[in-house]
Amino acid sequence: MKKKLFAAITAVCLLAVAFTGCGSEGTENGDLKGNITLAGSTSMEKLCEAMSESFMEANPGVTVTVEYTGSGAGLESLAAGSVDIGNASRGLKDGEKANGSVENVVAIDGIAVIIDKNNSVTDISSENLAKIYTGEITNWNEIGGEDQPIVVIGREAGSGTRDAFEELLEVKDACAYAQELDSTGAVLAKVASTPGAIGYVSLDVVDSTVIGLKIDGVEPTEEQILAGSYLLQRPFVMATNGEIGEQNELVQAWFAYINSDAGKEVIKKVGLIIPQ
Amino acid sequence: MKKKAFIEKTANIILLICAVVALFAVCAITLYMFIKGTPALKEVGVSDLLFGTIWKPTASNPSFGIGYIILTSIVGTGAAILIGVPIGLLTAVFLSEMAGKRLGTVVGSAVDLLAAIPSVIYGLIGMMVLNPIMFKIERMLFAEKSAHQYTGGANMLSAIIVLAIMILPTVISVSTSSLKAVSDNLRAASLALGATKEQTIFWTVIPAAKSGILTGVVLGIGRALGEAMAINMVAGGAVNIPLPFNSVRTLTTQIVSEMGYASGTHRQVLFTVGLVLYVFIMIVNCVLLKTRKRGFEHGD
Repeated sequence: MKKKLFAAITAVCLLAVAFTGCGSEGTENGDLKGNITLAGSTSMEKLCEAMSESFMEANPGVTVTVEYTGSGAGLESLAAGSVDIGNASRGLKDGEKANGSVENVVAIDGIAVIIDKNNSVTDISSENLAKIYTGEITNWNEIGGEDQPIVVIGREAGSGTRDAFEELLEVKDACAYAQELDSTGAVLAKVASTPGAIGYVSLDVVDSTVIGLKIDGVEPTEEQILAGSYLLQRPFVMATNGEIGEQNELVQAWFAYINSDAGKEVIKKVGLIIPQ
Repeated sequence: MKKKAFIEKTANIILLICAVVALFAVCAITLYMFIKGTPALKEVGVSDLLFGTIWKPTASNPSFGIGYIILTSIVGTGAAILIGVPIGLLTAVFLSEMAGKRLGTVVGSAVDLLAAIPSVIYGLIGMMVLNPIMFKIERMLFAEKSAHQYTGGANMLSAIIVLAIMILPTVISVSTSSLKAVSDNLRAASLALGATKEQTIFWTVIPAAKSGILTGVVLGIGRALGEAMAINMVAGGAVNIPLPFNSVRTLTTQIVSEMGYASGTHRQVLFTVGLVLYVFIMIVNCVLLKTRKRGFEHGD
């Protein structure tokens, strides 16, 4: 009975599509109905918004709700069974894995440290980088560059990139910025035009106007990140209670969508790297 | 006859509705700002919020002090007025008293053009021209002082200079028209008493146009206080005490730069920042009404 009704609806939909001439894909998943709930990392907001929007477009019967409560809180909600998926912008801790949570890395966030073209420095240790951002090192000649002051540029409070950078470098709330800019593009432009400047941006936007610094001798490239050797990276995890295969069909469809070409497109569009 | 009365009445109602729209907008905005801006005052504490100097909204132990931000707005606006008003006033004197017809038209239309330039253009030029110059000066001045944090030229001074230029058109056009409105009898009387042209201007014409000039100054203050885009591009945007070579943030840029990703108390505090700005602008407007009223009482 249900199937018949569905067939009728599909026929009507197809007819409508034929008449209006705007074709939409994904009618094959059109039989999915229900809610998927996610909770967790605030840093994953951009990814989750874009992904859920795109997913709901392909599956009109499904509503995806995402709450941004922080990685730890999201995993707690998952363990308590109040959400389907717990978002975390870090790897799961052993205690969390012991609860039965399974780590599914859906994307990798990489951050490049950039300096202006005329700077002779090409490599920096993570220790010195932290010292530059906390204001202990103020001149490039202290780390083997020319005698010119360092202009420390960063993002505004609340920015996901700033959050990730400070967390990974363990300088959270200890940074002394000379300039706080409110977009990736602004940081890129400022660093490119200011002699002695240093800044950080998403890995995918680095272009030829600036130098992407090696950190501890590792170049900021997608290969190095996938190999796990580049420091300024973190996984975006959508943890589930048990393997994906054990989840309900909605959650399975969600992960299938993330791994599909359309899902990968979304991940790339928000500036993240696809894990392998 | 009846038809005429009907048209009259309808026109009346339409005009009334239009007037109510403006009134309603002002009331709604005021109400909204107070409703949205006050919760954070309660949550953070009035003195901690308004006079605190540490701005770390996303720290694990967050601190929401906007004292330096308020101070920056006040100092920046004040300094821009100090630089912009004398230049603007003297330009107005030139336009109304000295300039011949041709030169007057040229300078006058240049001033009009200055007023029409979008603020983002001021910001762009400030960023590309002013900031590098400031960086050079900064490197010369602080060469021996290692305690100074280099800002790459994006500093308070850049913001002040940009603001001073941006308020010029307002000050000039309002002052010029009030100088021109001064009765020629006064000028003639002053000259007849043996005063030179300069003495006449500075001791007779300008005092007579005082309230109009003050109106221009107050409008300039309003413009400087409310400017966001240009300042956001040249001032650096870190929260610091407003010294000339520090990277600073004003009330307006505070909202612009952090609203995008702010949530929770952080977001509420940004509304409070908006409320503070709104109160400042209301004060400026009250002063404006007062100066205008005084002008009428004095009969010019």
